[in-house]
Amino acid sequence: MKGMTLIVKTITDFVVGFIIVFGAYIVLYGHLTPGGGFAGGVIIACAFILAMLAHGKDVAFSKLPEMVAHIIDSGGALMFLLIGWFGVTVGFFFMNTFGRGEPFRLLSSGMILPLNIAIAFKVSSSLFLVFSALAIFRRRSFRAMIEDELA
Amino acid sequence: MNPLPLYVAIPLGAAFLIPLLGLWWKKSGETLASLFTLILAIMAVLQVSRPAAVYHMGGWAPPVGIALVSDGLSTLLLIAINVVGFLCIIFSIKYMQRYTGLNKYYSLFMLMVAGMNGVVVSGDLFNLYVFLEVASIASYALVAFGVGAEELEAGFKYLILGSVASVMLLFGIGTVYAVTGTLNMADVAREIAMRFGGEMNPALLLAGAFFLMGFGLKAALVPFHAWLPDAHPSAPAPISAMLSGVVIKSLGIYAICRVFFNVYGIAAGGAGAVIFANAMIAFALLSIIVGGILAIGQWDYKRLLAYSSIGQIGYVMLGIGVGARVLATGGQLSIAGLAILGGLFHMFNHVAFKSLLFLSSGAIQHATGTRDMKQLGGLREKMPVTAFTTNMAALSIAGVPPFSGFWSKLVILVATIKAGHTAVAVVAIVFAFVTLVYCIKVQREILYGTVSKLVEKAREVPALMYVPLILLAIACVGFGLLYPVVGVYILEPARDALMNGAEYIQLVLG
Repeated sequence: MKGMTLIVKTITDFVVGFIIVFGAYIVLYGHLTPGGGFAGGVIIACAFILAMLAHGKDVAFSKLPEMVAHIIDSGGALMFLLIGWFGVTVGFFFMNTFGRGEPFRLLSSGMILPLNIAIAFKVSSSLFLVFSALAIFRRRSFRAMIEDELA
Repeated sequence: MNPLPLYVAIPLGAAFLIPLLGLWWKKSGETLASLFTLILAIMAVLQVSRPAAVYHMGGWAPPVGIALVSDGLSTLLLIAINVVGFLCIIFSIKYMQRYTGLNKYYSLFMLMVAGMNGVVVSGDLFNLYVFLEVASIASYALVAFGVGAEELEAGFKYLILGSVASVMLLFGIGTVYAVTGTLNMADVAREIAMRFGGEMNPALLLAGAFFLMGFGLKAALVPFHAWLPDAHPSAPAPISAMLSGVVIKSLGIYAICRVFFNVYGIAAGGAGAVIFANAMIAFALLSIIVGGILAIGQWDYKRLLAYSSIGQIGYVMLGIGVGARVLATGGQLSIAGLAILGGLFHMFNHVAFKSLLFLSSGAIQHATGTRDMKQLGGLREKMPVTAFTTNMAALSIAGVPPFSGFWSKLVILVATIKAGHTAVAVVAIVFAFVTLVYCIKVQREILYGTVSKLVEKAREVPALMYVPLILLAIACVGFGLLYPVVGVYILEPARDALMNGAEYIQLVLG
């Protein structure tokens, strides 16, 4: 059986959804309450990393394929740059081009919300990719390295 | 529209677009990278015709907001970074084919260009630090790109020493912020000038020492040079050319000039300014001596070039240090101007000839499979274009008269003697001959002599690889002969930006 014991797997299946929802909450309310794109992105990445630890990398990759993670990774960064670029077209690099709204409303504070979402995309997929890189690559034995050097 | 944010935004966008499109389109890296660096190079050259300008991020005027500033010194570096970046990308297309994960290479390359452009246009100490980190982290990864044992060791060493430098810089910036209460460079300069006049308080002296160490490490001045002789030979050749050609200058020399001339206002004089100027001259002399002596003994071509970079950076620093000392002690402005001009001119020439030498080392390695000088020889017959361009660069770096290196070294030496540092000038002249010695070694062991077994089978590299070499070789001759053009439009504005610290404050704060 791949992955950890049944107990861990069952608990993981229960909590993964909650973790993602909590991460999304941290991202979406980052401009009103403590939190933000980075913190929320890390929490979302943790959900996938937990799935990978409990079920093995095949299950984790079936939920979030590596290709998709790469697309989200680069796309998040580009999204951030594009939002900044909206500003340039109206005169300044990061002018607040969206409506500023009012306090205590979710859809307010202009560009901060979309920027938080972009950061969350970037951070969550990058952390997942970093972890999967660590999980995929086996450490080569010292002997094999020496033999390579001599060859 | 003011193009300053584009210098950061274009390479940053390219850096993320390349891996994204690379998922479907294999050649996205080389295509997009050469396209975007070409745009940047054209923009940078056209920047010469623009007057000094300030861009307010988000419409917030400094000192509250973040400003991007382009004056003569920034323009000089922008041209060097983006033109050499374009040539290195063109060279990479054929050279890098032996490696895997090429889209990551081009992505990191663009990130490094974004970081360096950011350092050069930033008008803010903290943003300067952030962009310096962006460029440094990309270069750590690029040094280790070959992922062999040697590359990883060099990359790790560079990472550790670079991080030490970054911590020092951050500490220095924190201290400056604690003393002046602002981070905008022009505003810091105004505060220092108003509150302390010529005399700096101990906290500022400490911060200045940290800046000199941190930026000195990025510039590979002796005694902070230990990372360079490992990092430059281990990196792929185009990256060595970027590291030696522009990274050590934009992250090191440019930052030292900006901080000490424009922020600390070394021209105002005082005991502190003299200490810093003396330190610059001392580091410069050490670099000239150590770099020159260690270069002679090397048999690895790229390692020889790496030590030579240390020595030549010493000459650049000598010109700037002598200029700073003359300004600090209230000497003649014309002598200070001459010394700084010499330093900047040598820096600009070094961009051309050292990038050319590192690219040629890549071409030689590509054709023969080695960079061990004992196994090379007689390259002139098998690879005429590479040999001819290498020869031009070697003559230029050695300071043989019609080439650019001669004029810049001459200006530095004349200014040093005029400033009264005859002993320093004598050492510099002696080590100019040492430069000639190792350049003759390069010619003797690689270009001329009997054709060795490895060279026997070598063929001239493809056109995409030798065209950048030819363009840089033309620059090596051109900067010397066309000084009236290069000097008036590029170097003299840069010198004036350093000489008149007060003008920088005027420019940014209005």
